[in-house]
Amino acid sequence: METVTGKIIQEGFAVGPLRVWRRREAPPPDAAAVLPPAQERARFEAASAQAGAQLEALCRRVRAELGEDGAAIFEIHRMMLEDEDYLDAVYAAIDGGCAAAAAVLTAGGQFAAVFAAMDDAYMKARAADVEDVSRRVAAILDGRGGEAPFSAGGPFLLAAEELAPSELAQLDRSRLLGLVTRWDSVTSHTAILARTMGVPALTGVAIRGNWDGRRSILDAAAGRLTIDPDPALLSAAEQTLRRRQTEAAQLLRLRGKPNVTLDGHEIEVCANIGGPGDLPLVLQNDAQGVGLFRSEFLFLEAERLPTEEEQFAAYRQVVEAMAGKRTVIRTLDLGADKQAPCLPLEKEENPALGLRAIRLCLTRRDLFKTQLRAILRAAAFGKTAILLPMIVSLWEVREVKALLEECRAELGSRGEPFGEAELGVMIETPAAVLIAEELAREVEFFSLGTNDLTQYALAIDRRNPALEPFCDARHPAVLRMIRYTAEAGRRHGCRVGVCGQLAADPALTEDFLRMGIDELSVPPAAILPLRRSIRGLDLGGERRQGEGPPQF
Amino acid sequence: MKQFTYTITDPIGLHARLAGLLVKAAKELDSAVTVSAPGGRSAGATRLMALMTMCVKSGETVTVTIEGGDEEASQAAMERFFRETL
Repeated sequence: METVTGKIIQEGFAVGPLRVWRRREAPPPDAAAVLPPAQERARFEAASAQAGAQLEALCRRVRAELGEDGAAIFEIHRMMLEDEDYLDAVYAAIDGGCAAAAAVLTAGGQFAAVFAAMDDAYMKARAADVEDVSRRVAAILDGRGGEAPFSAGGPFLLAAEELAPSELAQLDRSRLLGLVTRWDSVTSHTAILARTMGVPALTGVAIRGNWDGRRSILDAAAGRLTIDPDPALLSAAEQTLRRRQTEAAQLLRLRGKPNVTLDGHEIEVCANIGGPGDLPLVLQNDAQGVGLFRSEFLFLEAERLPTEEEQFAAYRQVVEAMAGKRTVIRTLDLGADKQAPCLPLEKEENPALGLRAIRLCLTRRDLFKTQLRAILRAAAFGKTAILLPMIVSLWEVREVKALLEECRAELGSRGEPFGEAELGVMIETPAAVLIAEELAREVEFFSLGTNDLTQYALAIDRRNPALEPFCDARHPAVLRMIRYTAEAGRRHGCRVGVCGQLAADPALTEDFLRMGIDELSVPPAAILPLRRSIRGLDLGGERRQGEGPPQF
Repeated sequence: MKQFTYTITDPIGLHARLAGLLVKAAKELDSAVTVSAPGGRSAGATRLMALMTMCVKSGETVTVTIEGGDEEASQAAMERFFRETL
């Protein structure tokens, strides 16, 4: 048994044989076989026309099966083939003595290098597109045609060093259980296509040739691939799979239904997201809003600090897609276990208690104000809220309000349109719980971050497996803190949500409803299961009201 | 020669799909259309790769130049295209 991990492209669970695929490389150029340039040009033109026809057919099929977004990828491939600059590069190589196939691969390589060198993750990922289309023409010229990996046989999990968008689109969807690659970036068209197809997929996995044919479990949500699982694990996985298939069908019928108990109590269920890439899942699972947008994603993989424009673009994309439903953007929560190369921080003795989250933002105000301005601008496009992480004192909130005022003035003097955003705080420290009454007067909403709250209340590092026996996720101390916060919020008209792991725990849903929690924010895949358990609950008409001072 | 400026509002900027749409729209005109952005970046509006490698981002202001043919009709068509698409 062997387990490897990778980056998540699309969540999902699959069990089946792995098939390792390697693209057949172009045969080495045969200098003796090169025809005069005029004839090589003619060969190229014929092959290019054939490739164009193949792409048009692919485009039509993908449009019918997956919709416009997928089809647009191959429409662009077709247009790349007709691009004047691309053609000039191909002809220059032919005139320089290359055979047509070598010339098209050379031209493709030149443009791919230009894209790969660009200072923009989206454009970098386009290198794979121009290489994909160039290989298609070269394959026709070499008489190899379009290769569809594994066109015969039973269902399989595909493992490949790298897979081009057209190669993925040509696979038989009904037999493709999952996808594991090494080199595809999460912004590649291959990744976009995998998400559109709903194929569980991981990338960043070092593929080994000897995996071919071996039974494996792909738990993409956990970022994990297990090759040759032992029999107990395998039978558990197969059971999980069967259960999920039946459940998934039942859950989809809950889309569009309210999160209401049998006796009429309603609670909002929203989605936690890491970036605009999660939007399809948010919409598929019928979230009532984005309850937690972790803005770190823009920083974690960036080589330099994201600009106001870049942040604005990402926030706006989410706000617009939510079409009137609320998007809660949590301001930068870096430090502790989350380090970004674009923002090097001093080493600390005790990073969990260190310069992180709001403390970092109030220390690096330039950076914080850039983010606040980007959020305020996005707020002009839909219902937006700002959520401050790791608050322990009132002055921190007041300081942020003053900074927000400065940001509005700056945007105003630049003539930049911006909107109103609600302000809320994360309740994730015991200090914030104990001053919840005061905080509730300052802000519009609370979001209980139960992961950090548990860590700080129990003084237990969640990531240390040795402490597992001591860590009770449903510890009464934490539950009492949640109840206290809910009551404090209620008394001051401040909305209260839960966004940590506990929010998705169905064993606690009834308690949360009784406490008067207004909103649960959970990973998109947990929304419909939670809706099902809420719709099966009966509180007997009882729901705690915020009367009298809050009690532990 | 006619000219107008436009600030890109699409969140990813002039990305592949939109560049493709621009190429299609520009090919239908009888004028030569050029897109330029700050820093000396410039490309003919019918050249897909050149437009993409300009890497025009959201919030950037581009200058669109129209030359030859029915400049007035071409300008109107391009202004409408940028407003509705980018």
